[in-house]
Amino acid sequence: MSDIRYTKDHEYIRIDGDLGTVGITDYAQKALGDVVFVELPQVGDAVAKGAQAAVVESVKAASEVYAPVAGDVTDVNATLEREPGAVNEDAAGKGWFFRIKIANAGDLNELMDEAAYKAFLATLE
Amino acid sequence: MSSAANDAASLRTALHALHVDLGARMAPFAGYDMPIQYTKGILSEHLHTRAQAGLFDVSHMGQAFLQGPNAIALLETLVPGDLQALKDYRIRYTQFLNPQGGILDDLMVTRLPNAGADERLFLVVNAACKEADFARLRAALPSLKLDVLSDQALIALQGPKAAQVLARFVPGVDTQTFMSWRQAQWQGVPLIITRSGYTGEDGYEISLPNAQAMAFAKELLAQSEVEPIGLGARDSLRLEAGLCLYGHDIDETTSPIEGALTWSISKRRRAEGGFPGAQRIQAEVANGPARVRVGILPEGRAPAREGTLITTQGGVEIGSVTSGGFGPSLNGPLAMGYVRADHAAIGTKLTLVVRGKPLPATVVALPFVPNKFYRG
Repeated sequence: MSDIRYTKDHEYIRIDGDLGTVGITDYAQKALGDVVFVELPQVGDAVAKGAQAAVVESVKAASEVYAPVAGDVTDVNATLEREPGAVNEDAAGKGWFFRIKIANAGDLNELMDEAAYKAFLATLE
Repeated sequence: MSSAANDAASLRTALHALHVDLGARMAPFAGYDMPIQYTKGILSEHLHTRAQAGLFDVSHMGQAFLQGPNAIALLETLVPGDLQALKDYRIRYTQFLNPQGGILDDLMVTRLPNAGADERLFLVVNAACKEADFARLRAALPSLKLDVLSDQALIALQGPKAAQVLARFVPGVDTQTFMSWRQAQWQGVPLIITRSGYTGEDGYEISLPNAQAMAFAKELLAQSEVEPIGLGARDSLRLEAGLCLYGHDIDETTSPIEGALTWSISKRRRAEGGFPGAQRIQAEVANGPARVRVGILPEGRAPAREGTLITTQGGVEIGSVTSGGFGPSLNGPLAMGYVRADHAAIGTKLTLVVRGKPLPATVVALPFVPNKFYRG
């Protein structure tokens, strides 16, 4: 099982060595509703922790997606440009947004693990 | 992920408990706690309305009878619509104007048969404006009786199957004329039925007492063609239909001419004036307005939201988007906004500045999706 961390803004990062795969959580996709457009960063972009890295739009509104950690973007899920609905269908899997080379492993310590995120969601109900 | 907070809502319609039971996501709208979407979501609700029939709770809107001697000519002093040309039971779209010719609200007016010396009208106004509208009517037209229907729900049934569904409960309603008003009964409950709506589809708005609204809505929802539809899909449906949302596409600063609503002002009223702001309206009719509301089709997939800056291809600022998003039936982004009149011609290439990036777009004819009103 891979190590996944979460932000209070409902992004996840799945950690694989010094690479992380970033997306929005199932809670976030449900809250957004039908996703109709995703704007992704460019491969090679350097993003700061907490900075806007992508945009996700539902029929109703646009929301920013923030980078959970600092690093360089190594890959983006271009499929989302054609099939933004993948975010609703499988947010944790094929609905991923981008991959990032984690600059400071210490950034991860400030994120929630699965149990902490579940506890956080419980406070939002 | 970011999200915006909303004002608290204290008011509930007669169907509030039904929305909650149906799993609606509720949010404040014009002081009411209203359903934004149900469990199937905005895309599905929108497409269902265009394919079958959707039930909308629009009970937050204001309904009133206005009655008294000379009521038609008196109401014409507040709106530019030609109410004198209306036949009995026919409905007209018009606007309340301020002395500068700006739009205070838009509304539907039905002319009803006279009662003795009294002329009678039925009004439906926007929820957010209704208190101000009714106060203005009372102050400006003290000789008339305004009867606000505060115990009356309003249910819209919209879509290509709306007529056959409603005819199961109210025989004959399927041949009712577009933009007409009638009274009917359902199990002894008095109904006011107009063949109208705000989705671009055929359909009805049904006014009935709050006490029976829940039972009637449940009967309609029990029909296989009917799904409940929230305000989210109501917004995307009306945007595809090219219809204005008050407070966004039209407001106190925009005139009906700028708002591309010139069609709603007859030749007689343009010539005679006699409504607030007539000078401005007449000057804009004669010389053209400085800016005008247009349909805008962005190239690519990125929606351009309300407030998006519009420039020429050369980067000169010429306006902004007043409604923008994603059209589920269009299967792409769409917008309406105001542009300088010399850039309003169909086919004009524009630039939308979305998150700092210039995106190409084109001025297109409204509606984005063809209207399917009943024409008999």
